Amino acid sequence: MSEERDPAALEAEDDLFVSAMESPEAARLSAEDISPSSNGPKAEPVLLDDDPDDPDDLFAEIDEDEEESRDTFDIQISVSDPEKVGDGMNAYMVYKVLTKTSLSIFSRDEVCVKRRFSDFLGLHSKLASKYMHMGYIVPPAPEKSIVGMTKVKVGKEDLSSVEFVEKRRSALERYLLRTVKHPALLKDPDVLQFLESSELPRAVSTQALSGAGILRMVNKAADAVNKMTIKMNESDAWFEEKQQQFDNLDVQLRKLHASVESLVCHRRELSVNTASFAKSAAMLGNSEDHTALSRALSQLAEVEEKIDQLHQDQACADFYLISELLGDYVRLITAVKGVFDQRMKTWAKCQDAQVMLQRKREAEAKLQHANKPDKLQQAKDEIREWEGKVQQGERDFEQISKNIRREVGRFEKDRVKDFRVVIIKYLESLVHTQQQLIKYWEAFLPEAKAIA
Amino acid sequence: MMVGAFLSHSLHPSYLHLQRSDASSNHEHLSSVLTSLCVSPQQEGLDDGPDFLSEEDRGPRAVNVDLQTDATLQVDISDALSERDKVKFTVHTKSTLPNFKQNEFSVVRQHEEFIWLHDSFVESEEYAGYIIPPAPPRPDFDASREKLQKLGEGEGSMTKEEFTKMKQELEAEYLAIFKKTVAMHEVFLCRVAAHPVLRKDLNFHVFLEYNQDLSVRGKNKKEKLEDFFKNVVKSADGVLVAGVKDVDDFFEHEKTFLLEYHNRVKDSSAKSDRMIRSHKSAADDINRIASTLYTLGTQDSTDLCKFFLKVSELFEKTRKIEARVAADEDLKLADLLKYYLRESQAAKDLLYRRGRALVDYENANKALDKARAKNKDVLQAETTQQVCCQKFEKISESAKQELIDFKTRRVAAFRKNLVELAELELKHAKGNLQLLQSCLGVLKGDT
Repeated sequence: MSEERDPAALEAEDDLFVSAMESPEAARLSAEDISPSSNGPKAEPVLLDDDPDDPDDLFAEIDEDEEESRDTFDIQISVSDPEKVGDGMNAYMVYKVLTKTSLSIFSRDEVCVKRRFSDFLGLHSKLASKYMHMGYIVPPAPEKSIVGMTKVKVGKEDLSSVEFVEKRRSALERYLLRTVKHPALLKDPDVLQFLESSELPRAVSTQALSGAGILRMVNKAADAVNKMTIKMNESDAWFEEKQQQFDNLDVQLRKLHASVESLVCHRRELSVNTASFAKSAAMLGNSEDHTALSRALSQLAEVEEKIDQLHQDQACADFYLISELLGDYVRLITAVKGVFDQRMKTWAKCQDAQVMLQRKREAEAKLQHANKPDKLQQAKDEIREWEGKVQQGERDFEQISKNIRREVGRFEKDRVKDFRVVIIKYLESLVHTQQQLIKYWEAFLPEAKAIA
Repeated sequence: MMVGAFLSHSLHPSYLHLQRSDASSNHEHLSSVLTSLCVSPQQEGLDDGPDFLSEEDRGPRAVNVDLQTDATLQVDISDALSERDKVKFTVHTKSTLPNFKQNEFSVVRQHEEFIWLHDSFVESEEYAGYIIPPAPPRPDFDASREKLQKLGEGEGSMTKEEFTKMKQELEAEYLAIFKKTVAMHEVFLCRVAAHPVLRKDLNFHVFLEYNQDLSVRGKNKKEKLEDFFKNVVKSADGVLVAGVKDVDDFFEHEKTFLLEYHNRVKDSSAKSDRMIRSHKSAADDINRIASTLYTLGTQDSTDLCKFFLKVSELFEKTRKIEARVAADEDLKLADLLKYYLRESQAAKDLLYRRGRALVDYENANKALDKARAKNKDVLQAETTQQVCCQKFEKISESAKQELIDFKTRRVAAFRKNLVELAELELKHAKGNLQLLQSCLGVLKGDT
């Protein structure tokens, strides 16, 4: 599916990222067609191609420039107003997706559309199939949850299903923001269509038990087996190092995530137990027959009640700030690992092509002595074909390696920023909690002293 | 009247070294070393242990507030040794009373001997009209020992830092329980020594002075079973007795009050325990988070490494504070409630005894009337009636004062503890706030 783009529009796009890439053509983005022949003309580049002369050191500069352009990155997306549509097991939630932007690739400044969860999954699946094999880190979509959704469908209006919907809404918002932060994905027509068009064809293949779903599972299993059998000759230490780092990061983030989830759970428990104690203290105050002490106990009960609310709010912050961030990053790192795996697959493909070429050459050599001119010609043709494939394979491998380096660079920058921002916000929430605690106890102290 | 001993400890770190050999010998070694708590009224408790008594508060353990200092009899627990199965308390007495051979002396006592003393008060008719100071609970290190043992067994499965950290925490917990049990035994003795009548008890003097083993054995199975039945009978009887309406308004009010109060204190005590446990769990989580952040900080290749290390450091400190908050709440709130649970039970027991005496008196009156009507065994009935009358009046007289004193003590204890609780919460919140703000300052400055 190749692009039909107005050259004028292309120019406008270039303005956005011209500081980031050296050649204007680089800003052009085309879809997934990979054919060995389209390697030439710059008019239709197949891959998001940097200027092939770019040495690797230039990435440092480019990253800086990208940073600049990201500061002028003007797009806000919000996912809100979850609404239940339909009844019973066929019901689903619909979310309002509001995009506000001044970027010219969008047709309007402000667009509002309605999307359901499977639409998001569909978007991700399309992006993954287009870009992952090129080495792009495609942000993973939020996870399905059969239990959570069933509760919502069945119409349970309790606290846990409200929480579930809120959790999902927030996750969908983060997903979209991450997706548009990626310079290539932002301009992808599927993304644009998702954000702008009022009607979206239903993504049926995202259902777990659909034909496509089952195919996905089979592919995943096959990939896992392949991964074990491919033994790659890593010539580039950078990749080995990075893979190790990501493996370590994965382990630690999962551990941290588990601890934070435990903290959220215990804080919620603390809040409940504090509320229960507050009630009990109030009762004790009531039965105390010394008036001043009775009053002080009632005051204590009030303080504890306020504190229980404080604990609850803090637990929420623990969750929405830290726990969800960690969960997102655990999934993102899986995507990163996936990209490394793609590189391995590309390498394997290249190796296979070389093996084939060798075989064809051997076959040709044999035919040389057999005096079968037409078969010989065929053999020579095949050799040419496989030579081409080997070349393409090597180019692909180089390209994906380059892409991954750049993507990992970008990913790490984002990671640093994300963690910094979130942790600072989290510490600020902790500060607020302590300030409130001080307020409450300072109000109580004179009451306690007043017992005579 | 009593100068509560101020427990500070001088533990040599080397003593607390858990041997790597076999698990069972570990806690033996450890416990035999949690030894010699020196008395030093000038010294304040260690900063990272729970503050039992601070400099200003020379009175006995907070819950018991009878602040007249009286040089005639001062009792405290100057030392304690925790061994495998038991704790040995060194009871130290200073007295100017002539009954004692010396002015100052010490003996070693175990928990069973305290119980013996308490039971002797309860069983004595003489003291029926007083609130008997509640017996100290049995020292219970089982849970703590189990945890230490599990730690010893699981040593191979964790990193050296994690192991050291956990060991320190468990040791601190052990020490805290130890200090608490010492304090509770001391409070019991101080209350007895403070009581104008009980302090003169002969058994009490023997307890304080006799420097041999009192040969008090714990109750055997048969005796425990007897006790159990006695309690069942007593509570059934208690219900009956409570049902009898009292002529005296004061006592009638006290009865209703104490019944309800006791139940509510029981409830509050349980709920405060649960609240504090959650608090401790949350502090433990923060500990784990700090460790993982530290590992992340050492592994990360980006600028985040410094960031993670700083936040890890912060959380290490804040979780110590959180643990202190939980410990202080335990001391000032949970222990207070537990103590008054026991005291209110002792007050209820007093009311029960009085009620019992009242019923006996009324029955004796009826018997006398009957005897007079029949003109048979009148003298005997008269004597019985007089005995009952005297007993009842004696109990009533002292009971009234006891109950008034109970209220005064209770109000003072609550006041003291609530004030201290609020002050400590404030202190910790401010400490936390300062740590958080300074860390935030550094982190924001770095970007």
